Amino acid sequence: MLKIALCVKQVPDTTDIRWTENNTIQREGVESVINPYDVYAAEFALKIKEDLKDVEITVFTMGPNQASDMLRKLIAIGCDKAVLISDRKFAGADTYATGKTISAAIKTELPDFDLIVCGQFAVDGDTAQTGPCIAEFLNIPQVTYTQKFEKVDEKSIELKRIMENGIERVKTSYPVLICVLEGKFEPRRPTINGVKYASKQEIRICDAQAIGLEPEQVGLKGSPTYVSKAFRNMSNHNAQKFELSTDESVKLLNERIKSMEVENA
Amino acid sequence: MPNSEYTGIMLYAQLTRENYIHTVFFELLEKAHELSQKLGGAEISAVCFASPDSIEGFRGAFENMGVNKVYYFEDKRLQNYSTEYYSKLFTNLVNEVKPEILLIGATNQGRDLAPRISSALHTGLTADCIELDINEKGLLAATRPTFGGELMATILCKNYPQMATVRPNVFKVHNVNYHVNTEFIKKDTSILDSLTNHVEILEFKKTVENEINNLDNADIVVAGGMGLKNEKGFELLQKFAHKIGGIVGATRPAVENGLAPHSVQIGQTGKTVRPKIYIACGISGAVQHTVGMDKAEHIIAINNDPNAPIFDIADTGIVGDFFEIAQKYIEM
Repeated sequence: MLKIALCVKQVPDTTDIRWTENNTIQREGVESVINPYDVYAAEFALKIKEDLKDVEITVFTMGPNQASDMLRKLIAIGCDKAVLISDRKFAGADTYATGKTISAAIKTELPDFDLIVCGQFAVDGDTAQTGPCIAEFLNIPQVTYTQKFEKVDEKSIELKRIMENGIERVKTSYPVLICVLEGKFEPRRPTINGVKYASKQEIRICDAQAIGLEPEQVGLKGSPTYVSKAFRNMSNHNAQKFELSTDESVKLLNERIKSMEVENA
Repeated sequence: MPNSEYTGIMLYAQLTRENYIHTVFFELLEKAHELSQKLGGAEISAVCFASPDSIEGFRGAFENMGVNKVYYFEDKRLQNYSTEYYSKLFTNLVNEVKPEILLIGATNQGRDLAPRISSALHTGLTADCIELDINEKGLLAATRPTFGGELMATILCKNYPQMATVRPNVFKVHNVNYHVNTEFIKKDTSILDSLTNHVEILEFKKTVENEINNLDNADIVVAGGMGLKNEKGFELLQKFAHKIGGIVGATRPAVENGLAPHSVQIGQTGKTVRPKIYIACGISGAVQHTVGMDKAEHIIAINNDPNAPIFDIADTGIVGDFFEIAQKYIEM
């Protein structure tokens, strides 16, 4: 059996941002959605399951209790088990502490994994770092910027990934961590049976102690970076707005382009 | 507090497949000179992974750009990027040289490599910075957009080296000449004998459309959003861009809806561009997009919704129908 750890994240709706006193993001009580790139990662894992059949997908997420709804939805569309890594002590974790925490949870809960699948980015932080951090802490290879898999079997997987100026086709054995960048598909809808099944599944909850981490290794304390200051992003363009006829608009457009004295215009 | 054991600024000099130094290195280098001055003349070093006997070709570039030391690894096994090989050698080098700051360009390769190194070194890494400075305590103050660009956060690091990545096109290059004697230091690669590279490259296909490079260096970018509705809208955008002499870009929703490839996506989770003219067509102006283009010299927006947020940041905002205006412009 191929064992997949699928790592997902709930992200706050980026139009509704609140900050804590420590200048970290207030996550509780904010409307949350599954990170879009993690939807691609889930699809990637579920496609492997469709191809190989004998596959078990365990979803891992780090977050508050409300994240269990997202975990149940993922079970309803075909994932098998779910682990919620949750502890107040995890608050304020940067990518280093997050990578350490998730890797410790995988080590404890799914030590014989073959594949770890993550989204390439999370749209809230957009660091693209957590995946590689997990891989480093588990000392396994990684393939980032993955477009899709071309072949998969019990021993290895062939992938297409996007690198500077081109596309690489690579082959790797297990264990490996894969970060998924793209997904072109219709989102899966859970079946009624899937929802019923998911509602009966127990979601395993792990705190810091359960995964063998000390309080000073996690959250803000375990993070080498910290936010010293946060401020609003201001534009320095002078907004001028024109409501003109089409002809006048075209004329204005042409004038503005010519006035910039761009060589090839 | 600065730790005297760690000194100097180290930069990753990524070599491309065509064997030239990636432009983001020169952008980082210019910023490094500024930081070096603020640190009282900290040494600037570069790290290079090269194929055998190829480093000589770069000597002039490093000397004229004021790099004090180049640490390089020459080995056949390093010809193609390997996460496992590069990160191991890089990590060992940092442990030996102990720079106080380590900067890496946020190319796909840099973003693959940097978090492996920072995790192995148990230090912090701030991604996609738009500004780097030295604070009053002599620490690296790295500023980056967060939450889709809504907010800027200045981040400090408790450990050493203080690491940061910066996307291409964020810092400007002024081509100052320095003329220093660069010391080239060849590093041992024999540790590779005891390592395995698990990810085997079967094939590399250069992207046919040269948009990737073109978009990075374009003087004019003509970008489309969901206001262009469908493929027809993007066909018109292409013709419009061609007439103006610009390169096509797109927003994330347009890319997600299959109207344009990810390689031309601008904004958060896409590219950062800084052209002379940026023409936003049918783009509402979500911060997730504008964070990747607000460094353009002149922003023109065409949108039929007079209340679209894009007008708040456009130098020239044209309220009107893109299809009519573009069609007329093409026929002009």
